[in-house]
Amino acid sequence: MSHFPDDLKYANTHEWAKLEDGDTVRVGISDFAQSELGDVVFVELPVVGRKVKAGEAVAVVESVKAASDIFSPVSGEIVATNPALADTPETLNEDAYAAWLFVVQADATAELDQLLSAAAYQEAVEPG
Amino acid sequence: MPFIPHTQADIQAMLAALDVHAIDDLFDEIPASLRADIDPAPTPGLKEMEIARLMRERARLNRPLLCFAGGGAYEHHIPAAVWTVAGRGEFYSAYTPYQAEASQGTLQTLYEYQSMMAGLTGMEVANASLYDAASGLAEAVLMAVRANRESQSRRVLVPRSLPPVYRAVLASIVQAQALELIELPYDPATGCTDLAGLDAHAAGDIAAVVIPQPNGFGGLEPVDALTDWAKSHRALAVALVNPTALGLLKPPGEWGAAGADIACGNGQPLGIPLAGGGPYFGFLCCRKALVHSMPGRLVGRTMDLDGKPGFTLTLQAREQHIRRGRATSNICTNQGLMVTAATIYLALLGPEGLKQVALACHHQTRALLATLTGIAGVERVFAGPCFHEAVYRTPLPAATVLEGLAERGILGGVDLSGAYPELGAAILTCATELRTEADIAAYAEALRAVLAD
Repeated sequence: MSHFPDDLKYANTHEWAKLEDGDTVRVGISDFAQSELGDVVFVELPVVGRKVKAGEAVAVVESVKAASDIFSPVSGEIVATNPALADTPETLNEDAYAAWLFVVQADATAELDQLLSAAAYQEAVEPG
Repeated sequence: MPFIPHTQADIQAMLAALDVHAIDDLFDEIPASLRADIDPAPTPGLKEMEIARLMRERARLNRPLLCFAGGGAYEHHIPAAVWTVAGRGEFYSAYTPYQAEASQGTLQTLYEYQSMMAGLTGMEVANASLYDAASGLAEAVLMAVRANRESQSRRVLVPRSLPPVYRAVLASIVQAQALELIELPYDPATGCTDLAGLDAHAAGDIAAVVIPQPNGFGGLEPVDALTDWAKSHRALAVALVNPTALGLLKPPGEWGAAGADIACGNGQPLGIPLAGGGPYFGFLCCRKALVHSMPGRLVGRTMDLDGKPGFTLTLQAREQHIRRGRATSNICTNQGLMVTAATIYLALLGPEGLKQVALACHHQTRALLATLTGIAGVERVFAGPCFHEAVYRTPLPAATVLEGLAERGILGGVDLSGAYPELGAAILTCATELRTEADIAAYAEALRAVLAD
């Protein structure tokens, strides 16, 4: 059974987004996503300073036999990436909400309103 | 789709789509001088005995020549055990045997090959081989541009001393992917990359620098300086190396202060016969930090549930069948059988044996150069050290010299005058460990005769 923290927003492409001080948005993949992928062996992160659009593929998470694009939930500039994932990608399996991937300085935090709530996302991936 | 040969109507439709009139038009690129117009053509419906006799007669038309040609492919001694073992049915008949993880023997062979190539090049990782050296170099350059995240450009410095055939394949593969190849000039005195020529690019954003060792003139490049220049300008260093030469020369992993980032080359010298141009194989090695950008298959060693060692294909998430359009490469071919032979060759020789082969090649090449340059009118084009190839020039056109030598049973080398018109009548020649003093004397005698005509 996956869990879905209430203080996060979710994309239907399985990213979570957390609004932090002002207009920065921290992004990771959901607990449901990590459990579906299986053992994560590599994470390819974007370069800090890159400008991204909402819905643009900016990172890749590789498990043993799959590679999945990770999309930015908001438009803006990448201002940080999680360096620990280079050496310990398996922490994504251990705690998908602690093992964030990147932080976007959002052009418009209103874009977060397009994302799903915890309940709506849970209903989408674990219906009934 | 039924497996039925094309009808005349199919063939006409395909020719019309290509806007050509006849199948022969598709072969226009091949010069007439290279086409074998053998008369009479075999008649249809020959019996096995008749066709066997015909083929034996035709085979006798091939004149065996004493080989002093290199230019990327080299005639070496191949111990009899190499193809006796590689030719066993288990290795010889299976199609992509490494894909089935039940084929532990093949996977172990590939793993041992990877380990030996990593050791030989001084790099941390080797893949299980690529199609050939030129496509391997193109993959290495694409990989470098992909992996170099500090560079925003797709500009790659490529020395003019890189053999023309490599430059041609590199250009045709990578230019379609919007990479810009910039030529680095060579010093006319040494034939090696002119370090002063790098200054023009010091301020530019360069993604990678290609460093051939030995280069296309047989010369030894200032690899340490080139690697250090690449590092200090945030470019990746891509080494193109001859594996036999690595028996003597410093491996790319130790070039400069930090080593090359990627090493590639032709595996043919390691037990693969010349065979009219192939099949050969390309090797590709890199630093571990770049392994996720590396194309091709990798075999890893792991432990099964019972604690026994096992071998498996790994990092497959980068491969065509999973990432499709975004795979690290879409050239699927690797050369498992050639690699099996190379693994046996390297295992039989060992580091000391490979060094002996390299020393013998170098020694014989020096003897060849001393003998040829002793002939009036023959001069070496470049000064400086070489491994087992060098360029010489005579007063006659290179093609005339090589034709004259061939008439006398000598395959004298590679005509460089077309690719490097600035060198004049230049011939690249090579002596491996197979060339004896008598062979060298025969070359010299034939060359004297050609020049006297």
